[in-house]
Amino acid sequence: MKYVDEFRDPEKAKVLIAKINALYEQIPQIAIRPLQLMEFCGGHTHTIFRYGIEPMLPDWIELIHGPGCPVCVLPMGRVDDCVALAERPDVIFTTFGDAMRVPGSKKSLLQAKAEGADIRMVYSPLDSLELARKNPDRQVIFFALGFETTMPSTALTVLQAKNEGLDNFSLFCNHITTVPTIKAILDSPDMKIDGFLAPGHVSMVVGEQPFHFVSDAYDKPIVITGFEPLDILQSIWMVLKQIAENRCEVENQYARIVPPAGNEPGLKAIEKVFEIREFFEWRGLGSIDHSGVKMRNEFARFDAEQKFSIPNLKIADPKSCQCGEVLKGVIRPWECKVFGGSCTPETPMGALMVSTEGACAAYYNFGNLPELLSKRDQQNKENTA
Amino acid sequence: MSTSSRVRRTLSSEIITLAHGSGGKAMRDLIDDVFVSVFDNDYLSPLEDQARFDLSALSAYGDRLAFTTDSYVVDPLFFPGGDIGKLAVTGTVNDLAVGGAKPLYLTCSMIIEEGLAVSELRRVVHSMKIAADEAGVVIVTGDTKVVQRGAADKLFINTAGVGVIASGINMSTNSAQPGDAVIINGYVGDHGAAIVDARGEMALENSIESDCQTLNELIDAMLKICPQARCIRDATRGGVATVLNEFAEASSVAITINETSVPVRHEVRGMCEILGLDPLYLANEGKLLAIIPGDRADEVLKGMLQHPAGQHSAIIGYVSEQPAGRVILQTGFGGNRIIDMLVGEQLPRIC
Repeated sequence: MKYVDEFRDPEKAKVLIAKINALYEQIPQIAIRPLQLMEFCGGHTHTIFRYGIEPMLPDWIELIHGPGCPVCVLPMGRVDDCVALAERPDVIFTTFGDAMRVPGSKKSLLQAKAEGADIRMVYSPLDSLELARKNPDRQVIFFALGFETTMPSTALTVLQAKNEGLDNFSLFCNHITTVPTIKAILDSPDMKIDGFLAPGHVSMVVGEQPFHFVSDAYDKPIVITGFEPLDILQSIWMVLKQIAENRCEVENQYARIVPPAGNEPGLKAIEKVFEIREFFEWRGLGSIDHSGVKMRNEFARFDAEQKFSIPNLKIADPKSCQCGEVLKGVIRPWECKVFGGSCTPETPMGALMVSTEGACAAYYNFGNLPELLSKRDQQNKENTA
Repeated sequence: MSTSSRVRRTLSSEIITLAHGSGGKAMRDLIDDVFVSVFDNDYLSPLEDQARFDLSALSAYGDRLAFTTDSYVVDPLFFPGGDIGKLAVTGTVNDLAVGGAKPLYLTCSMIIEEGLAVSELRRVVHSMKIAADEAGVVIVTGDTKVVQRGAADKLFINTAGVGVIASGINMSTNSAQPGDAVIINGYVGDHGAAIVDARGEMALENSIESDCQTLNELIDAMLKICPQARCIRDATRGGVATVLNEFAEASSVAITINETSVPVRHEVRGMCEILGLDPLYLANEGKLLAIIPGDRADEVLKGMLQHPAGQHSAIIGYVSEQPAGRVILQTGFGGNRIIDMLVGEQLPRIC
């Protein structure tokens, strides 16, 4: 298939793997421990597992799968708020399909729907707007979530609703931001990450500039990366090459999509509708300063949080869940105590088991489960001995 | 009682109402005019509460009876390549055929939402008749219920089927052995993709048709070539991935699939790329997976390729010992990954 197969060519992959292997001699720190590279974005994690990239890499490269799956990192309290909104009799609650299964403290949206709440899956915020036009006697709420990638489309939908004077449309805003989260990971004391693959579609909106702090203030190489398997391999090679040459820069591997300055009209729409929250709660990572956005006051009538009362309770993550350590690369997904036991994709406990883009779900679905679990038990035995 | 001894009633109503399920005259009109006149056979026409078969005639076909049932709730009722009626026949016929049975008799039980256009019901029944004739089965008994608006969605159909398994044919999911080959009879994912398309929610334009077809003749041909076939399943909901996992688990073997040898149409691949679906998990309604002893695989494949339902057949993988119970995909990119069972529902009401 044109424009797809070119980016999945196994012969080109072999060439890139050989180039990656050739850098081994030039990176002396490999002798001490494997290099840890973090792909921040859940889309990258998905590609890595779907194409079986991890086993193709040499064992001196360890991929750390970051928190860039907005569905995964949604805290339970926010899911409870969604359920409370959706269960109002006057409300049609609209959401992207992958948020349906995220567990709240009592139930998921899928369960609430089965119990009678009017919850509808949409493919675009504009579908919600259309529902609002068609149902003037109902309140239509769009569950807005995602990083900067999806912010412009939500912002433009709100502006459209305002233009049309649609008073029965509102957003439950759970948009989150990339930069403060990468910073929180970099500031964590047990962090050992040597380089980053930056999220390609976030960068398409925000451009290259916001990532400069990673290379400038934290001395870590970072490469903006596309979502095809060859994109991933090429970016890994680019990060390693920076390490080998003692460089720390922001490089753009995904230049076919990402303009250096980002998407100006998109950024303007975001700026117009949203402002930074003081802090936002993340499942697995806790509260991170400035890591989310809310709607500006002039759009209050489109803000479900202001328009309706929501429980707004903070629900702690289950204690046995080690998502935070996995996210920072301190342990591997299968090393978590509950992985594959009480935490599975059918009954997820932790954030990373929730969506197919989560690292634990990826290991569970695409990995060799019996082998991983016996490896964990072996390690535990050695640790206690 | 012979078919001709009773005057058939006619139905004049244009939509189905609760009266058509009441047991009275309106219901007789419906049954006579829409069902009996179309299905038209001596088992059904007497309108007894049950169809009656001659046991000695059945036993001439083999030494075991096969019995199955399936319900059909597909939305929309009509889609490119088929409709709920065709599906209700092909699905149940295939469930018999994959066990090595010769399908013979089907039941037809309908739950109709009031307000359904009689013309739509006639179309569905007509499709059932054509599909039944093609498969060589007879629809011998049925039931009709009408429920009020909202209690069902337009039309649900249940069909049960009876068939006979010839002596010497012993297929089961737990009999795959290392060295066996995995064969599929054509393109995967067509039905799932056609339904997504027919719902129109994605506003995609393409020409994908459901693969909805009966497989009994193809399976018959395969078993003639190789009566020692280990197991055959039709890959419906959950797709190819789910059936392979069932084989691997039941037989305690590993199954390795080569991604590039799995036939997928360009249009289906394109749709999957856009929507983030995996063709291996998409539903099929006319695809079978067969585990065949390795030394017979080429011969079976050759036979399948000559059959209309097997024109695009391919050997897509093989069975080995380890890791037992797992399905491994060799990706076209050169990596490996595990293919697990589907978690949750990829697409609701697909069949």
